[in-house]
Amino acid sequence: MDLRVAITGHVDHGKSTLIGRLLYDTGSLADGKAEEILASSERRGLAVEWSFAVDAAQEERDQAITIETTRVWMHYGGRRIVIIDTPGHREFIRNMMSGAADADAGILVIDALEGIADQTYRHAYLLRLLDVPEIIVAVNKIDAVENPEQRFAQISRDIRSVLETAGKPLRAIVPLSARDGDNVVNRSERTAWYSGPTLIDVLVSLHPLAPLSDRPLRFEVADVYRFSDEERISVGNVVAGTLAPGDRVRIAPSGATTRVRGIKRWPEDPSPALAGQAVGLTFDDPVFIDRGDIVTHADRPPLVATTSFDGVFFWLSDAPPRVGETLSIKIGRAEVAVTVIGIDETIDLGILDKVQPDESSKHSAFALRLRAARTVAAETGARCVLLRNGEVVGGGKLSTVEPVSSQRSDNLVPQGHLISSTTRAQRNGYRGLVAWLTGLPGSGKSTIAMAVERELFARGYFVYVLDGDNVRTGLNRDLGFTREGRQENIRRVGEVAALFADAGAIVITGTISPHAADRATARAAAPGAFHEIYVRASVDTCATRDVKGHYAKARAGELPDFTGVSAPYEVPEHPDLLVDTDASTIEASVSSVVEYLIGAATAPEALLSYSI
Amino acid sequence: MDSLDRLEAETITILREAYRASSKPCMLWSIGKDSTALLWMARKAFLGRVPFPMVLLETFMELPEVYEFRDQLIDDWQLEYFAQICPPESEVDQTLPPATRAAARKTEGLRTMLREQKFDAVMVGIRRDEQAMRAKERVFSPRRIDGTWDVKEQPPEFWGYYTTSVPDGAHLRVHPLLSWTELDIWEYTLRENIPYVPLYLARDGKRYRSLGEKNITVPIDSNAATIEEIIAELRATRVPERAGRTMDNESEASFERLRAGGYM
Repeated sequence: MDLRVAITGHVDHGKSTLIGRLLYDTGSLADGKAEEILASSERRGLAVEWSFAVDAAQEERDQAITIETTRVWMHYGGRRIVIIDTPGHREFIRNMMSGAADADAGILVIDALEGIADQTYRHAYLLRLLDVPEIIVAVNKIDAVENPEQRFAQISRDIRSVLETAGKPLRAIVPLSARDGDNVVNRSERTAWYSGPTLIDVLVSLHPLAPLSDRPLRFEVADVYRFSDEERISVGNVVAGTLAPGDRVRIAPSGATTRVRGIKRWPEDPSPALAGQAVGLTFDDPVFIDRGDIVTHADRPPLVATTSFDGVFFWLSDAPPRVGETLSIKIGRAEVAVTVIGIDETIDLGILDKVQPDESSKHSAFALRLRAARTVAAETGARCVLLRNGEVVGGGKLSTVEPVSSQRSDNLVPQGHLISSTTRAQRNGYRGLVAWLTGLPGSGKSTIAMAVERELFARGYFVYVLDGDNVRTGLNRDLGFTREGRQENIRRVGEVAALFADAGAIVITGTISPHAADRATARAAAPGAFHEIYVRASVDTCATRDVKGHYAKARAGELPDFTGVSAPYEVPEHPDLLVDTDASTIEASVSSVVEYLIGAATAPEALLSYSI
Repeated sequence: MDSLDRLEAETITILREAYRASSKPCMLWSIGKDSTALLWMARKAFLGRVPFPMVLLETFMELPEVYEFRDQLIDDWQLEYFAQICPPESEVDQTLPPATRAAARKTEGLRTMLREQKFDAVMVGIRRDEQAMRAKERVFSPRRIDGTWDVKEQPPEFWGYYTTSVPDGAHLRVHPLLSWTELDIWEYTLRENIPYVPLYLARDGKRYRSLGEKNITVPIDSNAATIEEIIAELRATRVPERAGRTMDNESEASFERLRAGGYM
């Protein structure tokens, strides 16, 4: 197997030049390539620009930067090494990630003149998050500094402390000049003070990681094939361990157990499946198995089935994650909707310091608490990606995974309905949904909710209001008004509303629900079907209305923890609909909500497919 | 698991992901060594069947031996096949250099096919070591309806997580052979005993190292008359694979322009 080495580091520190030099000095450049590089350099009025060996795009050559990651093969001493060039510009971080993610080693290039720069920090952190096994530091342009020995020692100290922060051991630090070829492949006489290995010496001492055959079995199901009338074959990848016909296995997350009947390959070959292989399986029992399931050995501890997990994710989108936002996560071959329940930490990768959650910026990392719409099998340390509208916006690893069994009662097995949400929606002509009205006491939630209910009912919709006060007299009469009691109140309203919506109803809830995190929990109960409607009115307007006389009491100090007066209200940052009862009449507010809800319930995509 | 085993497993995984993600996939088949090795791995991925059509972008300019080999394989392997007729050279971008223009006929043929047949995934056997612009490709490359490619706006792709969703009317270009080299393909062809067009073997001191249309491909000097000899030759040579492809060498930007327009 080829060793894969990613070249990383700050822009203009000489990554592409180093690659060109490695190829040239090892004789890996094709015939004519060196001449082409010389000609192309000359045309642009440059001295030899070795980076043109990898920067092939016209724009890359004209601007002298790497935009897109690329791979070239280098031959040395009977070894084949794949060199992965990565861009150093902050703007092209997703291309850097795409290049470096599956490397066996990362070379961090540092300009001896400039020293450690912003992308040096960022790339060091990303190499750790990506689990790149080996890190090598190349201190480039060592010929261009005064007192190179001192400068090298200083940069070595600096980078060691950065990598320590990033929790990463360091294989070697090599002083070199990529342009002139010092210590790249040939030992330099100009650095007599350095007695360590050349860069190529370090590279040939490394070996790619072998597949994880000695670990417990993990078979990730990618698809189930049933060609003609034959048996169902579950195809997928042995990512760890080995698997033989006759093995007793357990399927996660369902927990079903069965025995492997056969290993399916073409041409036929029933030998055991080893880590790294892509094979097909058949089972003795007609177990239900689908893409995303993971097969383990039955005599091993089962995988955790979960809907609740935390992870640290580097972010690749301009728009940061938001609490309450529903994304989609891919864990192995499983893909499921997840709601962001909380953002515990925002990490600016440029300086490796933790900043306040609300200072979130592009190209940071985030520690996220997530809630999934259905149970998945997951493990701590699992690599996963987050998607927004089908686009990858983040990648990272799970840090904690809470088993379903500790979230709710033990041995709980969700039963699948024989009628899907889509079927219900298609028969009704509209889909069920949750219209979550939130706002200050007296903002008009209940008034609007009841009027909307009457209007939708008149138009033939199955609609019901779950009013905050009404629910508290029955379902939630055991709850008080402590923070915990209020939180649980909102959670239950959210869960009940989700069940109604799944049954096909348009559910309108009217609760103050002042905390963004509680609203996010409610949203997570009905992913894709939850619509946050912020009923806005100023505290003064509400106090003037004061239908229940609460504002007067609160202002007199008789009602502690009264939202808007003695307790905070967290204004929704991105409500699905905003209704301003200060500015518009009740009639206008009601009709805007009615219009919005009918639109959401009957949108063509709402009738085709969605999942709860 | 040796190197070829790991490459094969990666390719099979990609083929299965593409098949799963797509509702109407197809695979381009130039009848050359790469796309034929890919076809072989498709048979492995789908346990002996190929559950999608193989498409030749037909310019009627392939060498006779290529057509002969195609007919034989369709018959032997019971392949679903169709030829997409490419428009004449007079209908492609006239500002391209001559041989590049000849190659661009295939881009136009591909566009027509996507428009008419509505394939949403097209599997293509290109490799990163063939050409510097191909080296910048993703495994899953979402394309607009006209097939154009913007090298600066590619989705992130790591840890085997691919962007498999495409907007309506667009398609996915899938490249399951990106990690393979020319040498890997021949070693695999030998190991698996995959059939190949005999033009790759030397006759009278010449052989085709890369098979393109007859008007824009020339044979190289070689005495390699068996696959083993081809492998030995490749281990020693520093001549690039596509040296016999006229269009690659017309101007610095010609291949980049072809690819940006949707060429494979």
